[in-house]
Amino acid sequence: MASSYLLPHAQHAPHAHPTASSQPRQHHWSPYTENGGVILGIAGKDYVIIAGDTRSSEGYNINTRTARKIFQLGSGIILGVVGMSADGEELARKVARKIDDYKRNHDKHITVSAAAVMLSRTLYQKRFFPYYCQPLLGGLDENGVGAIYTYDYVGSFEREQSRAFGSAAALITPFLDNQINLKNQFVPGSNGEEPRTPGDMPRDLVEKIVKDAFSSAVERQIEVGDGLQMVTVTRAPPRAEEEEATVEDDDEWTGSTISETLSPLKQD
Amino acid sequence: MDALVSKYSPVELDAALAEDSDDEVSSSLPQTVSFILPPIDQPAKFLRAMTDDHANPAAPIKLKHGTTTLAFKFQGGVIVCTDSRATQGSWIASQTVKKVIEINPYLLGTMAGGAADCQYWLTYLGMECRLHQLRHKRLISVAAASKILANLVYSYKGMGLSMGTMLTGVGHGGVFGLYYVDSDGNRVEGNLFCVGSGQTFAYGVLDRGYKWDLTEEEALELGRRSILAATHRDAYSGGYINLYHIKEDGWVHHGFNDTNPIFWKQKLEKGEFQNVSTTLDA
Repeated sequence: MASSYLLPHAQHAPHAHPTASSQPRQHHWSPYTENGGVILGIAGKDYVIIAGDTRSSEGYNINTRTARKIFQLGSGIILGVVGMSADGEELARKVARKIDDYKRNHDKHITVSAAAVMLSRTLYQKRFFPYYCQPLLGGLDENGVGAIYTYDYVGSFEREQSRAFGSAAALITPFLDNQINLKNQFVPGSNGEEPRTPGDMPRDLVEKIVKDAFSSAVERQIEVGDGLQMVTVTRAPPRAEEEEATVEDDDEWTGSTISETLSPLKQD
Repeated sequence: MDALVSKYSPVELDAALAEDSDDEVSSSLPQTVSFILPPIDQPAKFLRAMTDDHANPAAPIKLKHGTTTLAFKFQGGVIVCTDSRATQGSWIASQTVKKVIEINPYLLGTMAGGAADCQYWLTYLGMECRLHQLRHKRLISVAAASKILANLVYSYKGMGLSMGTMLTGVGHGGVFGLYYVDSDGNRVEGNLFCVGSGQTFAYGVLDRGYKWDLTEEEALELGRRSILAATHRDAYSGGYINLYHIKEDGWVHHGFNDTNPIFWKQKLEKGEFQNVSTTLDA
């Protein structure tokens, strides 16, 4: 039963055979690098925002100031990834292809909840050689309500309202807890008795909170900066001021409008 | 008469299988899954170097850890209760983790250790249980289900899976089952288990109040109170209390409630936790 689940034989890397003159040497194999950066996702009543900075670094070196961390996967689904950008981009490509396959096989768009499971399985397939990245999946659910799915490296996932991942997650998360989830806040005049309940936050306000979160993180974290990429999924028609807005109308409209804006952050 | 007899007699396994004789009754897995391995001699060693545990807290990949989960059988079924905190080192990664995994309407699994391992393999177990149900025309027993899981994780022993799960539910004929299964290969049956970093605190309260003849109300309260004690004393546990009751016709969810108001209610209304002062000067 379980035997068919056993692992295929590992491909062995060619070894440098120790010659008579040389002593056996321990070779270090480190396939992971940390490229820094931070991403943040917030789900609203009828929208989803995933934002990320555009700096990509290795240690103290900044490799590029224009690396995008948020990807459009098709069928109205977006993905943000931080960690190792090579693994992140590979993961985005892989899931984008699976979402495209799904559409061709079933002649319908995948739902976010199904895409969320698909991403989980894709991550778990590399349980013994994990992707070095933390993904955040966003889209509108069957009722048009914003959904954010958050993952660990090997595919455990959960639907949440808001989440920050990456090198400034510890700076941004407490701010989000306070401003989005209204943790430990009480209705004025209730003498600390009646907690404020997180409700529908208008998209404009949330966009301001996102920008504040990033500009604050830039002040205190060297791996964050340069630019802010903000990708939004809505049911509404695109707003005029947005640079790039793609209404997905190729075959059959998903009902989702994805818009992307880029704005500057501090460059130092 | 024959119709009545057959209606009320239990389905014979042989008869059920005979009806299926045309079909291929095989225990082969529904789909082939192969896991990608790093291209080196010792994949397990690589994984151990890259992922964190007590010996290696600074590893690049930090998996979510820390937990208190409990389950116990009593006269009225099974109670399952957990906290909801996930930690990565001292960072609280989430306060809203669903550590009770709903495998199907009759089976629950609890999550301790690697969150992804528990989610993935208990979902997989759900598929196996459904297939068992279709092949044999009856629910799988909890004993059989737990054995599928135990054998499965045993086949990966040494590869780095990490899970400590309690598998519980109601099987064929309304029989309740409760098994502890972990990634070392242990599978034990019992009436009462606590698992996770806060297990000792939960055992303290649970053992003190446990008896078989608990009423449903008392049993639910004992489960809740035991997790509350663990969230209070174990820094790696906290968040919300997730409570389930398994009855003969399946499980019932009894809420996902914030620990903080429960703690203050327990203290101020029932006079417990006298150790905790309400003022700073005390």
